Amino acid sequence: MYVSVKGGEAAIDNAHRLLADRRRGDRSVPALTLDQITEQLALGVDRVMSEGSLYDRRLAALAIKQARGDLIEAIFLVRAYRTTLPRFGFAEPVDTGAMLVERRISACYKDLPGGQLLGPTFDYTHRLLDEELEVDARIEPGRMREGASEPVTRIVDILGGEGLIEEEPGTNGEEPGDINQTPLEFPLSRAMRLQSLARGDEGFLLALGYSTQRGYARSHPFAGEIRIGEVEIEVYLPELGFAVPVGRVQLTECQMVNQFKGSAKLPPQFTRGYGLVFGQSERKAMAMALCDRALRAEELGEDIVAPAQDQEFVISHCDNVQATGFVEHLKLPHYVDFQAELGLVRTMRAEFERANGVFQQAQAESAIEKKEAAE
Amino acid sequence: MTAHPQTSGYNFAYLDEQTKRMIRRAILKAIAIPGYQVPFASREMPMPYGWGTGGVQVTAAILGPRDVLKVIDQGADDTTNAVSIRKFFERVAGVETTTRTADATIIQTRHRIPEAPLREGQVLVYQVPIPEPLRFLEPRETETRKMHALEEYGLMHVKLYEDIARNGHIATTYAYPVKIEGRYVMDPSPTPKFDNPKMHMSEALQLFGAGREKRIYALPPYTDVVSLDFEDHPFEVQRFDRPCALCGAEQVYLDEVVLDDRGGRMFVCSDTDHCESRQAQGLRGELSGEAAQ
Repeated sequence: MYVSVKGGEAAIDNAHRLLADRRRGDRSVPALTLDQITEQLALGVDRVMSEGSLYDRRLAALAIKQARGDLIEAIFLVRAYRTTLPRFGFAEPVDTGAMLVERRISACYKDLPGGQLLGPTFDYTHRLLDEELEVDARIEPGRMREGASEPVTRIVDILGGEGLIEEEPGTNGEEPGDINQTPLEFPLSRAMRLQSLARGDEGFLLALGYSTQRGYARSHPFAGEIRIGEVEIEVYLPELGFAVPVGRVQLTECQMVNQFKGSAKLPPQFTRGYGLVFGQSERKAMAMALCDRALRAEELGEDIVAPAQDQEFVISHCDNVQATGFVEHLKLPHYVDFQAELGLVRTMRAEFERANGVFQQAQAESAIEKKEAAE
Repeated sequence: MTAHPQTSGYNFAYLDEQTKRMIRRAILKAIAIPGYQVPFASREMPMPYGWGTGGVQVTAAILGPRDVLKVIDQGADDTTNAVSIRKFFERVAGVETTTRTADATIIQTRHRIPEAPLREGQVLVYQVPIPEPLRFLEPRETETRKMHALEEYGLMHVKLYEDIARNGHIATTYAYPVKIEGRYVMDPSPTPKFDNPKMHMSEALQLFGAGREKRIYALPPYTDVVSLDFEDHPFEVQRFDRPCALCGAEQVYLDEVVLDDRGGRMFVCSDTDHCESRQAQGLRGELSGEAAQ
């Protein structure tokens, strides 16, 4: 009987073998290629890159394949890989104003320099299942704008020109913090919070952002601007004395513009909530921007009344790799602690029954006394 | 003991040397301030958070090629996660591993302290899920750090007092808080309180790693460890009213094994190495014949 508890090693090996079998599934169906995943499940790949904190489409696709489509598992695989990579330094701040935009919309102005550009969006699709996709139907190529595009001014620069929105403090050339290199110690700077939010779980941030809209730390947001496109990454090389481009990445940026009535220190103006993520991930960028703004409550002198404003609550729980690990660790054996609790519950039940017995006996006795007194 | 060839492609014991240095610095600080939780830049490991990443990072940072490693979970060497972590170090460090407590130089553990007393030169590495003993009284890190700094532990005593007022005794059975050298209140990790006395004045170095929470703390050898209690309600450990069914050991922590669906139970040592070495010495419990089949 007890012997059956043993044999963990063989059990683990067999479990891994079965997992590999199930991952491949029916062998008569062709295996997925990484190209198919990067090309046709691109938004899943983007999420894995974003929350995995590693911009590499091929590795993200491999992780998705290895994780059987479980995106949080894929994110975990990518994170575990990235932690083994050397850290060279940090890039110059990217200039999203110079982004080659594929999509850019603003909910604040009907028209603005650079125009409204819908791009590849689900927004105005009717969510009707498309049976044509069951087969590989011929798809027309997308139509591209001809000629040179005009510069796409960032809406915060338009508002900033009039002094209606708060100034964004620069970096002053100092090295930004790095959540991979320093332990989290609260309170966190905004830069550290934004780093955590950028890799935070989309679902968690979505729910928190939603809660601010429903009145838990309402911030009167307007989607000032959402833009998706490629930007150049530059790294400053001290040996050369200037920054050189090292590559391009696709980003989604969300500038949320929030009403602010002013405080003792600050005049009435619009304030900012900021979201920036790898790839095309608008929902995440918007949710991040709402959370960023909510987390600035203290800095702006607002009352902290809701979960979304509480940085310990939000930042400590937004990482899905941490969250899934700790929730799922409940699967591990807890025999010895459970044994301790078993002993305690047995003792307490015995005490309860003893006390209850005494109580019932006392009640019965007092009933007899009353009866006798009445007689 | 078994030696293993190291898998190439990774640095010895997986972590790069810079990361190991950072962790060793945190460990040294932790040893210098027993019971104090030192923040460290915990890395993602190739096993999930909550599954021993803190202990694994501490072990990786202190492991040398001549070390002999033992890994236990719930006191046993053959529970799945212990097997998995032992295999990990066999692969990435190629060190010798053992199940014998006496032969090990480093013992990584989850939830138990071996029954046999540890000796000088051994290191016990604990996997810690929630390093903050005050966490369930005050969820905020900013507050609990202040409370530790000011030695403000009244809340903990009130909690224990309320237990007594409600139940007649303290209703904490594992992760029972201890005070270190009369200064810091420390979480002993979720070991049953049965093991608390073993931490006191232990000859071995005890290191605690919490990966997800990014904290390391330590008890140097011969450290004073006192389980919190009251004069009229002194600290007590669990007692079992029967010996181990396999080796007959008394005064050890037992696992309850369900034998059938009619209430049949047997109680056996949770420390498998302790149980096996006693059986090897010819010591027997009441069910040992049956269980050996």
